[in-house]
Amino acid sequence: MFQKYINSRCGIVRGLSFLVLLVILWSYFYDSAITEAVLASALRQSTPLALGALCGLMGERSGVINIGIEGQMLLSAFVGFLVSVWTGNLLFAVLTGVATGAVIGLLLAFMSVSLRIDQILGGTVINILGFGLTGYFYQVGLNTKGKLQSISLGPLQDIPLLGPVLFNNPPITYLTLVLVLVVHYVLFHTHWGLRTRAVGEHPRAVDTLGINVFLMRYTNVVLGGAIAGLAGSFLTLEAVGSFERGMTNGRGFVALAVMIFGKWTPIGSWGAALLFGLAIALQTQLQFGGQTIPHQFIGMLPYLLTVVVLAGFVGRARPPAAVGTPYTKE
Amino acid sequence: MTQQPLLELHGITKRFGDALASDHIDFNLYPGEIHVLLGENGAGKSTLMNIIYGLSTPDAGNIILKGNSVKIKQPRDAIGYGINMVHQHFMLIPVFTVAENIMLGHETRWGFSLDKKKASQEIQQLSQDYGLEVEMDALVENLPVGLQQRVEIMKALYRETKILILDEPTAVLTPREVEDLFRVMRNLTEKGISIILITHKLKEVMTIADRITVMRAGRVVGTTSPSKSSEEELAVMMVGRKVVLQIRKKPLQAKDVLLDVKEFTVSDDQQMEVLHQVSFQVRAGEIFGIAGVQGNGQTELALALAGLLPFNRGRVCLAGKVMPSLHPRVLMNHGWAHIPEDRQKHGLVLPYSVADNQILNTYHQPPFSSLLRRNKEVILVNSTRLIEQYDIRTSGPRNPVSELSGGNQQKVIISRELDRKICCLLANQPTRGLDVGSIEYIHQQIVRLRDQGVAVLLISSELDEIISLSDTIAVMYCGKIAASAPSDHWTKEQLGLMMAGYSPPPKSLTWGNRKLL
Repeated sequence: MFQKYINSRCGIVRGLSFLVLLVILWSYFYDSAITEAVLASALRQSTPLALGALCGLMGERSGVINIGIEGQMLLSAFVGFLVSVWTGNLLFAVLTGVATGAVIGLLLAFMSVSLRIDQILGGTVINILGFGLTGYFYQVGLNTKGKLQSISLGPLQDIPLLGPVLFNNPPITYLTLVLVLVVHYVLFHTHWGLRTRAVGEHPRAVDTLGINVFLMRYTNVVLGGAIAGLAGSFLTLEAVGSFERGMTNGRGFVALAVMIFGKWTPIGSWGAALLFGLAIALQTQLQFGGQTIPHQFIGMLPYLLTVVVLAGFVGRARPPAAVGTPYTKE
Repeated sequence: MTQQPLLELHGITKRFGDALASDHIDFNLYPGEIHVLLGENGAGKSTLMNIIYGLSTPDAGNIILKGNSVKIKQPRDAIGYGINMVHQHFMLIPVFTVAENIMLGHETRWGFSLDKKKASQEIQQLSQDYGLEVEMDALVENLPVGLQQRVEIMKALYRETKILILDEPTAVLTPREVEDLFRVMRNLTEKGISIILITHKLKEVMTIADRITVMRAGRVVGTTSPSKSSEEELAVMMVGRKVVLQIRKKPLQAKDVLLDVKEFTVSDDQQMEVLHQVSFQVRAGEIFGIAGVQGNGQTELALALAGLLPFNRGRVCLAGKVMPSLHPRVLMNHGWAHIPEDRQKHGLVLPYSVADNQILNTYHQPPFSSLLRRNKEVILVNSTRLIEQYDIRTSGPRNPVSELSGGNQQKVIISRELDRKICCLLANQPTRGLDVGSIEYIHQQIVRLRDQGVAVLLISSELDEIISLSDTIAVMYCGKIAASAPSDHWTKEQLGLMMAGYSPPPKSLTWGNRKLL
């Protein structure tokens, strides 16, 4: 019974990937320049989603729901941007963005692990804080001295289709690919990962084995926050180069859908992020193209995908058993 | 025994608020012995073990390990001293494999990575040394409880245990699995491991113990051994008064059939058919016991009969009337009472007061409510009467039921269900996890109802309970009633084998759904 549904689920995912691949190849032969542009855009659009999903899954695997990713991203984007304006040092700006994410992660961990506040409320607090603070301190007319530029990886860039899409990107996009692999390795091949997953499933069992549940949760939420901070930095320092009010535009929430679609695994989430990224890139491209469909409808594409994915897959994917429940020692 | 004790406790005292959970407890454990810690729920056994295991710290007293005074502040310290505990509710991660569960917190590493291969080899070696066979790569959630417990024991062995604490290990096991466990325990003690066994089951104590320490109300009542004591004596030590272990009831005077279930077929929430055309009849004044290992359809049978799970096919007659549909309130109006298996999930609303829980099924009727209003006075008066009549230990009717002990929670349910005029009682695992005193009380109540002419359907995985209470015993296996017969036609061994699906029933019985009476 259980086996059957696993198989059928794998079938769906494989079928979907195959279909997407076919469409990409077909369109590549049809018009290579646009295809490359759309795919490159898809990868860039998927970056904040993949990072957000990594943040979410690190929290949830250790038992803490993080719906404050949106706020974390927004604040980090803002702080990173301000630092870039003041110092002009992009590397330093990215690092402060990351640190901001980590600090807010610490706040979330404090609320949900130590104070045992309802985790949804804790995340909401962070979202409101993010929108409020950035909206209040935002000043029109600030400009940076530039944004992170693409680095091309020499000869690899000349591979048709793959080259321009994969090997000519700015640093945070590369870093995301590395992070996906690193988080996957840590989660499934190290003792730290084993303990993290155990804490998310059955914290009392872990406690009785002499492992510090609180420390595990704090560390994971803070590290996740740092990754969300990187996503925020990506938005202001790599993608756009400036800050706007509410510029995260729901990416923090879509990242959660991505995480669920990816079954709480880094690689699965990355695949899901690519799919969403593709939807966003297509939407932009389609708005340039024909006038037959009103652009409002095309703009719905990514969100429609979110609804379909969540409605179709949430029931089947299994979240960590202890997610959302604060741990109390007896 | 003249050798030095492995573990000594001196004057261990622990307070929770005003209550003394442990009151100057002295206890010692010799190498290679099985020392049973016997006591009712709330006697302080678990508190004491949590202190040894570092889950709580004593307010006063010393722990002496091999002659040296030690401080155990957290489980990590205890594990470091070779003390391990198998908890009553298993501390296993269901979605992890056996190997992952065993090595969690004690991982074999290779650089940053887990060395899964080496860990598997080590565990394999252990399982050979101690004769504990488990499949390394199976997910724990797919294992039967007996094997899960084995994984717990291997977890302890993997940490090189010297002292193994087993907290109520037999509560969830079948008779055969219990035998297995006892064999394993003997095996362990032969290899020099000392075992502290926590239990309140007297029969087991007599079989397995080397020494017995009895606790009551946070104090040690005495230490003895099976050869110097008897079940009755231990029960008196445990409860503090004489306990009736043998149930006395009048001879069966079964009359009309009150509950008639015909070809009842039920699917579980995953649409798997778990109950196949089950038929049986329960008469007035009869206790019909259904024995069986957990997970053979009893849970679904009870839920479906109580109207909490839809049934596919079949027919249920209550007091001669065919029930058009099974809806809890319709059933209740026809004189149906239900003591659910999971009292906290299906029996009570935990945050509600005792008084409100006692009117959960009659709150809409006078005198408890009039038109739109609840009559709080009447509800409180009713509750005060029931608390007195059913001897429920609580600080008052307004006390949330979540603050009561398991036995008293069960009494709240019983006071609610039995305080009406009823014709049929479904009691599913009515004494699970309760202490001897409460069990005795609940058994008396069930027998009282039977003698008053109520049809009682008793479902239990406790074989002793089924045998001592039932007039007729049926065995459920794989969603069917494998056999049913008057209780004196059965021997305990036959029942045990039937429950495990092993042997055909004795000659005097019939197969399938036909009932022999």
